[in-house]
Amino acid sequence: MNRCRILMTTLVAFFLVVTISFPALGAKTIKIGVIGPMQFVQGKGHWNGATLAAEEVNARGGVKVGNKKMKIELVKADSNEFLNVTDATNAMEMLLSRDKVDFVVGGFRSEAVFAMQDIAMDYKKIFIGAGASHSKLCLRVAEDYDRYKYWFRATPFNEKFLGRTSFIHLATVGAILKKSLNIPKVKVAIVAEKAMWVEPMIAAAKGFIPKVGMEVAGVWQPSQAATDVTAELSAIQRTEAPLIFTIFSASVGISFARQAGELKIPAVQVGINVEAQKDGFLEATQGMGNYVMTLNTFARGVEVNELSKPFMDKYIKRFGETPTYTAETYSAIVYNLVPVIEQAGTLDADKLIPIMETREFKTPSGRVKMVSTPEGKPIHELKWGPGYQTSLGVQWQDGKLVGVWPNKWKAAPKAPEITYKGIVPYKIPPWMIEKYKK
Amino acid sequence: MVLDIIIAGLINGSTYALLAIGFSLIFGVARIVNIAHTAFYMVASYCIYLITQKLGYHPTVGMLVAVPLVTLLGLICYKLFIDPIREHEAAVLIGTIALAIAIQEIMLLIFTGDYLSVPALIQGYFTLFGVKVFHQQLLTFVAALIILGALRMLLMNTKLGLAIRSTAEDREVANLMGMNESRVAMITMGVSVGLAAFTGAVVVPLTIVNPFMWMHPLIMMMAVVVLGGLGSIKGSFMGAYILGFAEALVVFLIPMGSFLKGSVALSIMILVLLIRPEGLFGIAFEEER
Repeated sequence: MNRCRILMTTLVAFFLVVTISFPALGAKTIKIGVIGPMQFVQGKGHWNGATLAAEEVNARGGVKVGNKKMKIELVKADSNEFLNVTDATNAMEMLLSRDKVDFVVGGFRSEAVFAMQDIAMDYKKIFIGAGASHSKLCLRVAEDYDRYKYWFRATPFNEKFLGRTSFIHLATVGAILKKSLNIPKVKVAIVAEKAMWVEPMIAAAKGFIPKVGMEVAGVWQPSQAATDVTAELSAIQRTEAPLIFTIFSASVGISFARQAGELKIPAVQVGINVEAQKDGFLEATQGMGNYVMTLNTFARGVEVNELSKPFMDKYIKRFGETPTYTAETYSAIVYNLVPVIEQAGTLDADKLIPIMETREFKTPSGRVKMVSTPEGKPIHELKWGPGYQTSLGVQWQDGKLVGVWPNKWKAAPKAPEITYKGIVPYKIPPWMIEKYKK
Repeated sequence: MVLDIIIAGLINGSTYALLAIGFSLIFGVARIVNIAHTAFYMVASYCIYLITQKLGYHPTVGMLVAVPLVTLLGLICYKLFIDPIREHEAAVLIGTIALAIAIQEIMLLIFTGDYLSVPALIQGYFTLFGVKVFHQQLLTFVAALIILGALRMLLMNTKLGLAIRSTAEDREVANLMGMNESRVAMITMGVSVGLAAFTGAVVVPLTIVNPFMWMHPLIMMMAVVVLGGLGSIKGSFMGAYILGFAEALVVFLIPMGSFLKGSVALSIMILVLLIRPEGLFGIAFEEER
């Protein structure tokens, strides 16, 4: 009896040691960690995009690694990064040490991604960012290549290009207002949440606006979580600015759009409003977010290339909503990791990196190419511009989020015009027309 | 601009006043620093969201259901988590922080972190001296005045009010005089949470519903209560409008620093406390001891 008990205990201990210490023993899967704020739209986008990718790849038999096929196994990690950066680093640590993932995709807040990036680099695992825009994340690759070469960006392009694109949107709408409403000099009110990433954009906007024949009416910076912006709106209305350039990534984007719509402030909103990119925006603003325009990655009915429609259809059918930009985890897996692994025939990060650095490929949001510094140092940053990633300008029109830019856009005076399939004309709110046509 | 500041100040102040009065009441009577006060305000907001947006009822129905429901929840929480440790003020403080975080996490699990909203009780706006004011904002202002009036009536003209005031004055003597101090505290808790729920019902159309919506009002409410004098309802009312006006002044005078409105309001609180540590209408700490 006693001997039997000893034998049983030894067996249990053995299995425990084996399962805890060697979880990947005999594994026939490629483990991809998906990290993001899972209780929030951004994290849901990360997870949904990756899920769709894994389902698609596994349905066709998996990934060919050398002479064997391996299925993709996703591991979900809630970074809780909106609230606590430490939670994000713990989640990343768990992914790499306990779950022993081969790759990581995701991340959203730059502040958290910097910390997560360091952990992934410690473990020498490829981390493809799909949410944070800070340019420094990629510049680190040039500064210390051997350490940071495992970092790649999938989306969005950095804050300089985000700014450049939204300035193009601003100039486009400014020209429409000038022409349609006969406003001789368009005044622009800059309204930006108080956050680190918006400061260079405000400075750049102040310089850009006069260059395109418009005038800065003032700058307002409510807090990211401001729920009442009526005072700011009253002040803006007093300036008689017909154009508001918004830079919002947080909930203030909802408060601002809702209250501006309810008060029928005679000014259109253009710029970045992350909340306005989501399907639930109109409900969140009680229908008052109509006519808000924002930079975005996807829009129903807009085809950047031949991959856009199949992806959108599949995503909407599977999850019942338009993908947010963090759902680019799909492209990071399907169009980046999988072909690269198949080409290299290995999961060894050091062998995959040279291929990832030089490879150009299409995704549903445009062509991807990794750029280098002017000195030729790789930074694993996305190339912006016609033929590559440009993003979209989207506007809420009659309860639907539609694509309005690029519409006959010329990147340079002699460059060809670009209009993506499914783009519709920009609409001016009726109360604006009423005010200025008098 | 002066009119803009006056109107914005009155509106901001009304919201803070509604929250601070309930908080002040329970502190004044039972010496309970209920950090979970604004968490109940959040629960009421979610109730109204559920009833209006998911079940399709009018916001008034949402309000009528949410206020008693949240009051009941508040009483249950009081009985389970606060009453057993009531004598230990520090434990109550920490316990109610834990309670607030627990409520936040439950809301996060049920509703996720999505930003939600509910329709206004009275839609639209009117223009007052060139300033656009939401009907809902006017309702908040009127509600703050009515609540203050009703509370005064309750405290000054009813037996319950007398019991509450006596308990607030001296718990031990009130007990010796035959008053069930524990019951009075529980009723006061009910009134206090009811006020938080009512505030949620009135203010929710002007705000964004999310699991963290209790934090900012909590800070402002604490500032109002400390500025006005801990436990003083009149002080809370005055403090709320002082901070409301301070916020409006910042937005209009320093547009690029409008994010600083909270910090400026809190700085005013610190300044007042340096000059008058007991707050505007509070009892001096020494005297209280």
